[in-house]
Amino acid sequence: MEQDFSMLDAIISKYRNRSGILIPLLQDVQHTLGYLSKEAMRYVSVQMGIPAADIYGVATFYSMFKLKPQGKHIIRVCKGTACHVSDADGIKEALRSELGLQGDEDTTSDMMFTLMEVACLGCCSLAPVIMVDDTTYGKLNPESIKAILERYGEEA
Amino acid sequence: MSRITVKVGLASCGVAAGAMEVYHVLEQYQKHGADLNLVQTACIGMCFEEPIVELSGMDLGTISLGKVEAGQIIDFVESYQNGRIPSGNIILADKQEGKHNELLAGQYRIVLRNCGVIDPKSIADYEAHFGYTALRKALTMKPESIVEEVKSSGLRGRGGAGFSTGLKWSLAAKAKGSKKYVVCNADEGDPGAFMDRSTLEGDPHNVIEGMIIGAYAMGADEGYIYCRAEYPMAIHHLKTAIEAAEAKGYLGKNILGSGFNFDLHIKEGAGAFVCGEETALMQSIEGKRGMPTIRPPYPAASGLWGCPTNINNVETWANITWIINKGAAEFRKIGTEKSPGTKVFALAGKIAGSGLIEVPMGIPLRDIIYKVGGGMKTDKPFKAVQMGGPSGGCIPASMLDTIVDYDSINATGAIMGSGGMVVMDSGTCMVDVARFFLNFTQNESCGKCTFCRIGTRRMLEILTRITEGKGALEDIQHLEELATNIINGSLCGLGQTAPNPVLTTLRYFRDEYLAHIEAKHCPAGVCTSLLHYEIIADKCIGCTACSRKCPVTCISGAVKQVHMIDQNLCIKCGACYKACKFEAIRKG
Repeated sequence: MEQDFSMLDAIISKYRNRSGILIPLLQDVQHTLGYLSKEAMRYVSVQMGIPAADIYGVATFYSMFKLKPQGKHIIRVCKGTACHVSDADGIKEALRSELGLQGDEDTTSDMMFTLMEVACLGCCSLAPVIMVDDTTYGKLNPESIKAILERYGEEA
Repeated sequence: MSRITVKVGLASCGVAAGAMEVYHVLEQYQKHGADLNLVQTACIGMCFEEPIVELSGMDLGTISLGKVEAGQIIDFVESYQNGRIPSGNIILADKQEGKHNELLAGQYRIVLRNCGVIDPKSIADYEAHFGYTALRKALTMKPESIVEEVKSSGLRGRGGAGFSTGLKWSLAAKAKGSKKYVVCNADEGDPGAFMDRSTLEGDPHNVIEGMIIGAYAMGADEGYIYCRAEYPMAIHHLKTAIEAAEAKGYLGKNILGSGFNFDLHIKEGAGAFVCGEETALMQSIEGKRGMPTIRPPYPAASGLWGCPTNINNVETWANITWIINKGAAEFRKIGTEKSPGTKVFALAGKIAGSGLIEVPMGIPLRDIIYKVGGGMKTDKPFKAVQMGGPSGGCIPASMLDTIVDYDSINATGAIMGSGGMVVMDSGTCMVDVARFFLNFTQNESCGKCTFCRIGTRRMLEILTRITEGKGALEDIQHLEELATNIINGSLCGLGQTAPNPVLTTLRYFRDEYLAHIEAKHCPAGVCTSLLHYEIIADKCIGCTACSRKCPVTCISGAVKQVHMIDQNLCIKCGACYKACKFEAIRKG
């Protein structure tokens, strides 16, 4: 069955006939849909007249674009140098075990949380740091993870 | 009671430390009739003391308090208003004793002069601090005299490589073409670096004004600020600042009646480290994959959409207004002959005073760490400082008297880089640090050049092997060979510098590599596979704290009896080591 992507039309018309817009266009599409599905990328390709290969090429080049559905809350574990020497790995392990993530899973089965690593959040003096959605938490230790996650679990 | 001013630092680091809660309490207090002037500012640089609140307006002078909690702030304000010194943690004060007064004494602030001082969202506040006076002055000058002024200031690109900014400008100014661009590289990607974030959050107009002056000098009518999307507050402050500057006639058509037009846009990055490289950055602005291209042509000849383009980094642009206002000769009085001016550094890692500092070039590394940075955070001794992020290297304790300028730092094998300084103590394993950076560059390699794409992967595999105790002596030789080939066989700065962290650690910490390979021992006690935990029978009192914490229950022993670790089951997580209060567990 054909999926209905008419909710993207407003975004597409905003960018039509402008150059250098592919990245912000895809950012807006991802913001609306939560991720970039193959079908959505094809729809944008046809509507904009941009080859699907170019769209896929950009979507897979930049780490911000997600090709799979994401959890309701995004947890970013900072992997910067300062965090690395302050045991960011321990924080990541604590998060994975608290969220019950197995193997290379990055999203919880209830779609509440997606865990990802980011290069550096730039809050090095508070290392180790994680960011849940837009809120940054610093000076963490593996024991402090549970309390942070509970704040987000309750509203579910 | 006289009206006092209460300033709260609300940059990303302050907010993460809880400054917003403090601000909300003050807002409520003001709403309920308290007579005070409540002001937002950004980062003064002392991130380790956030949240920071500054009180002023009384005879007591200006007092800054650190690590302020929301529950304390009203008490502090009321004491101050009543002429008493607040009983909190006073970090800076002009008429009183502040515990960090001396940390600021070694600094010289050009780029950060307004950070933590003005409200970054208020153009009026910026104007009250000589804002846009440099632009007014520049518009009365001939474009070529501005380029000449920047050239004679000796300013060198603060993004890392240290190329002469004036020379770069003169190339773009002379380039033929009716359409030219100026670009600000704010894709600060080096892990451990946050100078640009703080500058943009704290004083966005200073960068914008620098760009307008540069555009006028080079004949560009359009500009881009390419900022990483991981910095939402920086982007927000930039947007606010651009709108305000447009409304005031500093941006747009016929700027201040001069006939000069300039439009400025923000482009958000989408998460690719290689986009900090100028040719990749331009590809990304054009909406493509950020793959570096061959130079020449250099951007000055053919850049964005084939037009002459000048790209400078945030900190470079942030120096321009000062140079135009005070003159090149004044700028040359600071710093060294070949590296005039100042440099902003982000101090992080095992240092007491982590945060942002701006120091004159020529200062010895020792002074940065022990004076301006307040020394080490713990009792563990200093081991190395990592400069220049994944493109840089580790400078050992024996070279702490190296002075900070482009040429002296390059001579150590590290690079000045954008200004990240991560301080390491004896608890940091240098092989692990090298592996960390290789993992980073290997992930971020765009894949265009074979040596960068595959060579970094091979280096990472070798380093991983060594940290797991499976390394062989010839691995060191392989690392060195691969490093040379990657440097020679890569197109852009990412590949050409990727081996630096390995080369510098091999140069200064070769015995650590040998310990991992020959003795299967990690001297810093970091590499998990090489660790070994055992209980010291003489010290163990049998409190059971360790066995209760052990996740794989491999510690046996009854209450008040000496415990034992089953080495076959131990996963070397270190939980027992942390749990023991009697130092009865040996890690080695």
